Amino acid sequence: MGIEQFIDNEVKSNDVVLFMKGTPQFPQCGFSGQVVQILDHLGVPYKGLNVLESADLRDGIKAYSNWPTIPQLYIKGEFVGGCDIVREMFQAGELQQTLKEKGVAVAAGA
Amino acid sequence: MAMDAGEIERLIKEGIPDAQVTIRDLAGDGNHYAATVLAPSFAGKSRVQQHQLVYNALKGNMGGVLHALALQTGTP
Repeated sequence: MGIEQFIDNEVKSNDVVLFMKGTPQFPQCGFSGQVVQILDHLGVPYKGLNVLESADLRDGIKAYSNWPTIPQLYIKGEFVGGCDIVREMFQAGELQQTLKEKGVAVAAGA
Repeated sequence: MAMDAGEIERLIKEGIPDAQVTIRDLAGDGNHYAATVLAPSFAGKSRVQQHQLVYNALKGNMGGVLHALALQTGTP
C-alpha cells in the first residue's frame, strides 16, 4: 500500500486523525503539543499518527493536503488545519461547532 | 539557514499583491515568526485556503528554511 493510500485510509476510517510529531502521550513539538492539549480538553477521541516514525509519512502528508507543516488535523476525512487554525477555531468556539456538526462526540462542558 | 522578516514580507507581497503584512520575530533566530496577512482578495476564502495562499507565496520555504510561522489571516 502506497503512502498516499495509507494516509487516505487512515483519514477516512477514523473520525478524528492528528498527524503530529511525537505521540499524544509524548508530543515532541510545541505546535503538535498545543493541538493535543485542545483535543484532550475537548475530550475528543482521536488517532495520533507520529510522522517522525516515517520520512515517507512526513513528506506524504504534506503532499496529500498541500500543507507544508506538521501538525495536521483531519475531521471526518476533511483537512481542518494546522496548529494556528485549530487554536483560532477553538478560541472562537468553531472547532466545537465543527465537531458537533460532523457528529463527533465532545465532552460535556467543553 | 534562516530568513529575515523583510524577505518574508517581500515574498508574501509578491505572491499576494494586495496584502498588508505585519511580521513579528518571535525568537530572534530567523526561524520563528508570527505574521498577520490581511488582503481583500482573501474574502470568501476559508482559513486553510488563505494560509495556503501565503505558503505558496513563500515558495517552498515554509516548513523547510522557515520552521515556524504563526499565521493570522483575514480581510482588512
